[in-house]
Amino acid sequence: MPDARTLALLGGVLLLLAAAAGAVRFLRSRTDSGLDAAVLQTLGHRVRFWFLLFLVLAGAFLLGRTATTVMFGLLAFWALREFITLTPTRPGDHRTLFWVFFLIPLLQFVLVGLDCYELYSILIPVFAFLLLPAHIALAGDYKRFLERTAKIEAGLLICVYSLSFAPAMLTLSLPGEDPYAGTRLLLFFLLIAQLGDAMQYAWAQLPSKHVIVPTINPHRTWEGLLGGAGTVTLLGAALWWATPFSGHWWWMAGVMALVTALMGFAGAITMSAIKRDRGVKDYGTLVEGHGGLLDRIDSICFAAPVFFFLTKFWLAWFGAGQTG
Amino acid sequence: MDTNLLRNILVLMARFLSGTSIRWIDSQPDTCQRVYFANHTSHLDGIVLWSALPQDVRMLTRPVAAKDYWTAGPVRRYLSSRVFNAILIDRKEIKVHRSPVQMMVREMGDQYSLIVFPEGSRSDGSEIREFKSGLYYLCKKRPDLELIPVHIDNMNRILPRGEVLPVPLLSCITFGPPLWLEANETKAQFLERARSAVRRLKEI
Repeated sequence: MPDARTLALLGGVLLLLAAAAGAVRFLRSRTDSGLDAAVLQTLGHRVRFWFLLFLVLAGAFLLGRTATTVMFGLLAFWALREFITLTPTRPGDHRTLFWVFFLIPLLQFVLVGLDCYELYSILIPVFAFLLLPAHIALAGDYKRFLERTAKIEAGLLICVYSLSFAPAMLTLSLPGEDPYAGTRLLLFFLLIAQLGDAMQYAWAQLPSKHVIVPTINPHRTWEGLLGGAGTVTLLGAALWWATPFSGHWWWMAGVMALVTALMGFAGAITMSAIKRDRGVKDYGTLVEGHGGLLDRIDSICFAAPVFFFLTKFWLAWFGAGQTG
Repeated sequence: MDTNLLRNILVLMARFLSGTSIRWIDSQPDTCQRVYFANHTSHLDGIVLWSALPQDVRMLTRPVAAKDYWTAGPVRRYLSSRVFNAILIDRKEIKVHRSPVQMMVREMGDQYSLIVFPEGSRSDGSEIREFKSGLYYLCKKRPDLELIPVHIDNMNRILPRGEVLPVPLLSCITFGPPLWLEANETKAQFLERARSAVRRLKEI
């Protein structure tokens, strides 16, 4: 059974979700709320997705590191499907894509599960990225070769490599003897990443709108970015007790939340640009009427490796003297 | 192994592998006698379309497939005869008294629906080929049948012609509104109308 702090964090998230679901239900029942019905429907779908994600992840957390790694492996597999489906490839890429789907994600997550940091940190950026183009070249089709290769590699980098650093957080050797410290760190990260999305969306509803890049995404405003990042920084700092950044390092939890929010924004704007180029709004139809999975987890994908490495550096430089 | 169990496993595998999202546009699943006709780009088309139907409809729906491919080897023979309950058409020897259309009419009786691929063979996915005339003659014999156009998207990338290993991308199956043979429609007009009905579903 997890300790009180972990349970408090899990229970807090559950309460937050229940409150959000209640709020959406209340707003939908009132026709005079003045809010757009489409916006409310989107909110309802989001809350339902978070509930589902929370239940699955909380279950995996309680079952342990292996279950969590498998869970993220499946998420990565599905995200990669959505990414490559929307990416034009040529028949010559077919055999390479087979390995891209069945071998590389499997290897990556098995290595994460076995805690082989030296291997999983380079498997994709070194070995896969050097060998895949050669394998595609062997098929003999040179049309738009670099473009095709780059698309497949970008899919692997974003959906598989980056996302695998989320379960890898469970392998960090955190100070203290607490077996659930890693779980809380991952939960903290996921909560901040998703709240970062939600807060940026909420702040962007303000009447004053300064759109950052109108050609890429007309909904991302400076108000949303600054308000959202500021809010989660405060929230992150307030949650210091759940993280390894304790004692006089409590403010570090806020810094990590800020970095997570900024990376989440970077992820969203990058994926928006790709979707714009492909002429679509969402990445898939996992459930009819919803956006794809990748639309929901792009912030996690982009923020996970940065969060992981910053924590790792912090542990290497300052964490040794910490007692938790 | 129990045929029903195997059937369910294959349906689940086909759905997982093809990540199909299923859309019915101006159309509803029904157990009445129908002919589902679709574009054809992959060996998986038949099973994926069949799997996309609701269970009660699926049990009454028989794919029409090429005899030369589906009787080669014991596995394919078992799958086509026992699992999919397929109607196998001889593409090589078409005899006057045992024409494919007559066989389809006989085999479907008064309860089964059919899945057909009127292009005759798999295309590379860029363009839907001209339809073979079988669909027209089938309608001549059975004007009561509902013809349901079906568009299968992206399957040519999941398992293209000439490949053995599938790549699990996502695909989309769209069922369109039924059409019938009009009273004074020529063969060419009808086949072109049927073909554009499938093509139209791609754009929606």
